[in-house]
Amino acid sequence: MKKNRLTWLIVVLALVLVAAACSDDSGTTTTAGDSDTTTTAGDTPTTTTAGDAETTTTAASAEPFKIAIVAPSAQNDLAFTQSIVDAVNVIKDEMGNVEVQITDNTFIVEDAASAIRAYAVDGVDLVIAHGSQYGGSLQEIAPDFPDTAFAWGTAADTFGLSNVFAYEAASDEGGYVMGAMAAALSESNTIGIVGPVEVGDAKLYVDGFKAGAEAQNPDANVLVNYTGSFSDVALASEAAQAFAANGADVMTGTAQMVVGAVTVASDVNIIWFGTQANQTSLAPDIVVASQVYHWEVVLRDIIAKIEAGTPGGEQFKIDLANGGEVIEYNDAFALPADVKQLGEDTIAGIIDGSIKTGS
Amino acid sequence: MSDFFTTAILVATAASGVRLAVPLLFASLGETFGQRSGVLNLGVDGIMLLGAFGGYYAVLQTGSVWLGLLIGIVVGMLLGLVSALISVTLRAEQGISGIGIYLFGLGMSDLLFQKLVGTPLPITKFPKLNFPVLSDIPVIGELLFQHSVVVYLAFLAVPVSMYIINKTTFGMNIRAVGENPEAADSLGVSVNRIRYATVIIGGTLAGVAGAALAIDLGIFQQNLTNAQGFIAIALVYFGAWRPVGVMLGSLLYGFVNAIVLQLKTLAIIPPDLSDFAAMAPAIITILALVVVARRFKAPAALTKPYSRGE
Repeated sequence: MKKNRLTWLIVVLALVLVAAACSDDSGTTTTAGDSDTTTTAGDTPTTTTAGDAETTTTAASAEPFKIAIVAPSAQNDLAFTQSIVDAVNVIKDEMGNVEVQITDNTFIVEDAASAIRAYAVDGVDLVIAHGSQYGGSLQEIAPDFPDTAFAWGTAADTFGLSNVFAYEAASDEGGYVMGAMAAALSESNTIGIVGPVEVGDAKLYVDGFKAGAEAQNPDANVLVNYTGSFSDVALASEAAQAFAANGADVMTGTAQMVVGAVTVASDVNIIWFGTQANQTSLAPDIVVASQVYHWEVVLRDIIAKIEAGTPGGEQFKIDLANGGEVIEYNDAFALPADVKQLGEDTIAGIIDGSIKTGS
Repeated sequence: MSDFFTTAILVATAASGVRLAVPLLFASLGETFGQRSGVLNLGVDGIMLLGAFGGYYAVLQTGSVWLGLLIGIVVGMLLGLVSALISVTLRAEQGISGIGIYLFGLGMSDLLFQKLVGTPLPITKFPKLNFPVLSDIPVIGELLFQHSVVVYLAFLAVPVSMYIINKTTFGMNIRAVGENPEAADSLGVSVNRIRYATVIIGGTLAGVAGAALAIDLGIFQQNLTNAQGFIAIALVYFGAWRPVGVMLGSLLYGFVNAIVLQLKTLAIIPPDLSDFAAMAPAIITILALVVVARRFKAPAALTKPYSRGE
């Protein structure tokens, strides 16, 4: 019997080792400064380290500016996490000598906290904690590393810490614009919005979309369904089915589980508005437009502050006015000119302050 | 509330409940086989995830939903074999080794997805069956005769499982091994062989459940199952280790979810309460479990590894 116990212990250990080898706690990440890209991925967070081959060879003496991202979902989720990864890549192209490290899939806050701390220990110049849920961890970690700059989003609070920046998106603005277009396009006057949980960025977007639709058409019947989960694709899919059963002919949704709703919309030919990233590739026939986040707008300011010696203490927001939020249209969708004009007029109205989103 | 009680909405809600029940039904029927023979496999969700990715990827590459389903079957069989090796031959603690399989499936499916696919791409879904005449009957047609083909396969698996467990020699051996492996062994029944067979059946159906989920949604994403494999294990207890009970449990879970979604859509449940409402299916299942678990007895040898003469 003892021998058996030993055998299974070995098996369990072997499995744990396999899992450990696949994953990476980022504390042990080796940074590939002069190779193109090294990726390790596993059952828990995945860590990607990418250096810049050209700059490290041409400017070998200059220390690169090191940026690390810790984010809850996959870096190519066509949603929240991808928005920050794309932005940091833009910054990297602009600045040249930038080293980027990514730990994604840290949906467990403790995993994110250990990654954030490890990056600070490693001497990263800017640690981006991309998730409202990481605030508590940052509040504990940031005071231990006064020389490291942290950025936390989406959030509006720096905890009074001098080395924490906060950033958020006025997602209600793009939501409002697309809501107005949605109401103009709807023939049944019924619009469906699927959300995860009624907080933060998702709530802002949903409220903005609803307000825009109702402003355009006071008789619009805007159905809102918070499924209660950021990750339950099946529930998002059934929420879309429920909208269809109620006669909706336009839909939108926010968070990474909406891919399930988009495929349903595509099946029954209901048009779709995307947010957080350009979702056209999911359903090229039905996506009208997407609100895309360009966090690089705030990252530029944050990095300028850091280089000027201010490692935090300020809040930033992307919106339509500063170009951090852009409505990207799907060229393959035959959007009537008057509706597109309505979208452009609404954008202009929000920027000049004549239109309020109500949020 | 009157918005909810219209024929169209009620039928749509019921159809939604049936769709939500399907992956749970496949997975919990499979787990029923294992548990009836005395093996608890907590790795169902991990097998579902790998089956889901395998099925998704096959469809993405070839466009054939049937090849996708086949890949789900093969992936499930292989992981069932691994599970059996760990819990039957190596006699591992079943409550722990299954977690290992789950974590492996969760991580590996995501790793493969990130490496081979990256950004989610939609795939062809299962075709919806269209029965002549029957599908056109109002209400009944939409409720019963307009689903995708996997829905019928799932419900067909219920009587087949019942027949195997209750009417065949193999089924009798499964039950004997699950209740009293020593006695079964003394009568010449190979406990290990039976358990291997049931755990592989369980793995196969979990793989099918995953593939059915991914291909019916037409998409894959990290952690696509969202812990449905664990719900399926709970439903085996809920269903008192009987295929019909397991089916009723899956349907209950699917219907409660569908009703909550529809009530939220119609704002009958206000957004402020939607987080609480989202818990309803889990709470109802747990309550039902408490009631059922007091009435029925689990297979006596459940979770106990068997070794001859010890």
